Amino acid sequence: MGIRELLTGVGWGVHPHDDHKRPAADVPLRVMPTPAKLCIPLLQHVGAPAKPLVAVGDRVLRGQLIAAAQGNVSAPVHAPTSGRVAAIGEVTAPHPSGLPFAAITIETDGLDESVSFKTVEDPFSLTPDEISQRIAEAGIVGLGGATFPSAPKAQLGRKHSVHTLIINGGECEPYLSSDDSIMRERADDVIDGVRILMHAVGASKAKVGIEDNKPEAIAAMRKAAQDFAQIEICPVPARYPMGSDRQLVQVLTGKEVPSGARTATIGLLVNNVSTCAAIHHAVRHGEPLYRRIVTVNGGAVAQPGNVLAPIGVLVEDLLAFAGLKSEPARLVMGGPMMGVALPHAQVPTVKGCGGILALTAEEITVVPPSPCIRCGSCVKACPMGLVPLELSAQIHAGDYDTADAMGLDDCLACGCCAYVCPSQMPLVQTFSHAKGEIWRRAQQKKRSEFTKQLAQARQERLEREARERVEAAARRKAQRAAQQAAAAAADNNTPSEGAGA
Amino acid sequence: MNTQAISLQTMASPHARAANSVSVVMLKVMAALVPATAYAFYLFGSPAFWLWAITIAASMAGEAACLRLAGKPVKAVLYDGSAILTGWLLAVSLPPWAPWWIGVVGGLFATTLGKQAFGGIGNNLFNPAMIARIMLLVSFPVQMTHWVVPAGAPSLFDGLRITLGQMPVPDAMTSASLLGWAKTDMARGIDLLHTHLPGHVFDWNGARVGSLGETSVWLIALGGVALLYMRVISWHIPVTMLIGLAVPAALGHAADPARFMDMSTHLLSGGAMLGAFFIATDYVTSPSSRAGQIIFGLGCGLLTWVIRTYGGYPEGVAFAVLLMNALTPAIDRLIKPRVYGRTMGGKPISLKGETK
Repeated sequence: MGIRELLTGVGWGVHPHDDHKRPAADVPLRVMPTPAKLCIPLLQHVGAPAKPLVAVGDRVLRGQLIAAAQGNVSAPVHAPTSGRVAAIGEVTAPHPSGLPFAAITIETDGLDESVSFKTVEDPFSLTPDEISQRIAEAGIVGLGGATFPSAPKAQLGRKHSVHTLIINGGECEPYLSSDDSIMRERADDVIDGVRILMHAVGASKAKVGIEDNKPEAIAAMRKAAQDFAQIEICPVPARYPMGSDRQLVQVLTGKEVPSGARTATIGLLVNNVSTCAAIHHAVRHGEPLYRRIVTVNGGAVAQPGNVLAPIGVLVEDLLAFAGLKSEPARLVMGGPMMGVALPHAQVPTVKGCGGILALTAEEITVVPPSPCIRCGSCVKACPMGLVPLELSAQIHAGDYDTADAMGLDDCLACGCCAYVCPSQMPLVQTFSHAKGEIWRRAQQKKRSEFTKQLAQARQERLEREARERVEAAARRKAQRAAQQAAAAAADNNTPSEGAGA
Repeated sequence: MNTQAISLQTMASPHARAANSVSVVMLKVMAALVPATAYAFYLFGSPAFWLWAITIAASMAGEAACLRLAGKPVKAVLYDGSAILTGWLLAVSLPPWAPWWIGVVGGLFATTLGKQAFGGIGNNLFNPAMIARIMLLVSFPVQMTHWVVPAGAPSLFDGLRITLGQMPVPDAMTSASLLGWAKTDMARGIDLLHTHLPGHVFDWNGARVGSLGETSVWLIALGGVALLYMRVISWHIPVTMLIGLAVPAALGHAADPARFMDMSTHLLSGGAMLGAFFIATDYVTSPSSRAGQIIFGLGCGLLTWVIRTYGGYPEGVAFAVLLMNALTPAIDRLIKPRVYGRTMGGKPISLKGETK
């Protein structure tokens, strides 16, 4: 236990001295004008990709369903504005690999004509299933970045009889302030969404955890929640990764989520504040999820701040709107701790994208790694209680099984260890590689076992067939013998018969 | 600005890094050693300075030679500062007026056999400075127990002649260290109540015999506090090591003052402070978990007391630290922090009584 742990109760994680959230967080929310082109990916969530319902050349309206959910865990996709479907095909995915994925490209017409939305006067008169239905139809997914579809999640919560909603307003990633922005400017929407979600899940109370570096958001949320005793606004220490569900649950309730289990198993369901606001829009106003607040920030951005942007806007258009004052050395989707580096700027944003960072060379400081000096900084920083330096050593020695036994699977990839490492070791990269390798080996083992089973079945079949052939031959032989015997008997009988006649 | 032209290098997260590096850590430790070292130069004069410089130079030369042999980048590794720090820590544990070749042999041994033979920084099992000190003590006991009384600092040039062995050290100026004196008298059958230990009544000015890191013990402790403040080290090892030494010392002295030295003498003599703040806290050779560090610290303290009290050598910090260094891999293997959502045994925590 360190001194900080005694003072705040939080011993894990890191606290960047300059979180770079301001001044971007203090700039009033701007609405981005509709760009000429939008690329709406079909897979913006955990689960199966959506299935396109429109054809090239079709005219679409704002809020129109353009791709339907497929399977139990999936989410539909809607058009963010009116226009014409220009292409249905592959665009570059927001991933360091730069690999393509399927998207519907819309050429906008600037008219922004909308379909009519089915509003609901009193969402609390709806049944939980009807609410889940409306959430599912609106294509809402976890907007904190995990992008798990919200409707199956709410149903999971009901199945586990969740009693408390944990609302995640932590937003611990440096640079980002989109959740901060929604809490400051749309606190009533967030609180209404929380109440609707409580009704849908059957929870009796909700705790909203907000890092104490966002006093404006805390004040706005307290004001919005003052009439609802069952919703508690809880400031939590600003410490990365407070916005991780497991850490927030631990700080707000004192409970730990068992390894490998979901929070629902201990009666809690974690949802992001932006997701709650989206649920409010979907259930009350029938408005699907087709736009969101994106923080555009970083040293290379001329006017950093929060932008209400259509989902599927290209990063280059978003950067053009905010302006670049110097050439960025790295573009990141998400925060600097867990975000993904983009291969270039012709990449669409997705539902889970809370920020686009254009970072300068000074901000990313690429230093070649040096050997581990076993300083233990990573051990102190790890919010999961892992020993990153040992994990890394085992992985580099090729001993993936030991790394797995040491809890590699519990790693959040939060990046605290790599952030503090004085030797600049690529720890997160090492762990991601090992997780992939362990997964690949498990798949291979499964496959080889399946092959073994098939081979065994074939062997058994061949043996059975051989046995059957032998048996059939024996049977035929016996049959023939019997026939011959019978024929012989008949031959014998016939003359005697004749003789007897 | 044309975004089409942006060519980017993609890398794994995180994209931000704390402004920390190995050389920054080493520089902070060296800065914390400066006050004690500078004061000791004032006390013991220029021979101490020359020995310090020679030891560091030898330690760097050893490192550079090994790096060259191994085909590793010499400059980049040498600049991380770890070899300088090793030489520095060894120098402040030596008798200040020791001849030049003590520094040369010790410095070379520390970084070659003590460190690079194991694979360089991060891989050595034992603290390089302490293993060199023990090697010197075992191999050259006369030179390593020949302490001078801090009086009359010679000029820079005379100092160099003393270090190079061109000028004899007057016998009147040399003495055994406090712990050595006590050990000898005990062996001669004179108990602690009847002996006159040099500097037994503690001298705040540090005007007593001992190594550079022993005489300026308050400044060493101050440097240690600075390291704690800069978060280079945590309290776990130094505090537990001092407790591990102080508690048995206090109990022993209370039981039999003629046989056991008192607590403050133990804490303020020999390498106790230097060991607690600068030697035992060496990252590479100490456990990485907090619980492991507490066990390590207690072990260092306790072993120091045992060796000083019952062992053949008057001083025990270096031996104690090396013994605990040897245990570090075992401690790290056995004592790990509890993983979130798992029991101490590593199983996922049970759900009983958690729902509703």
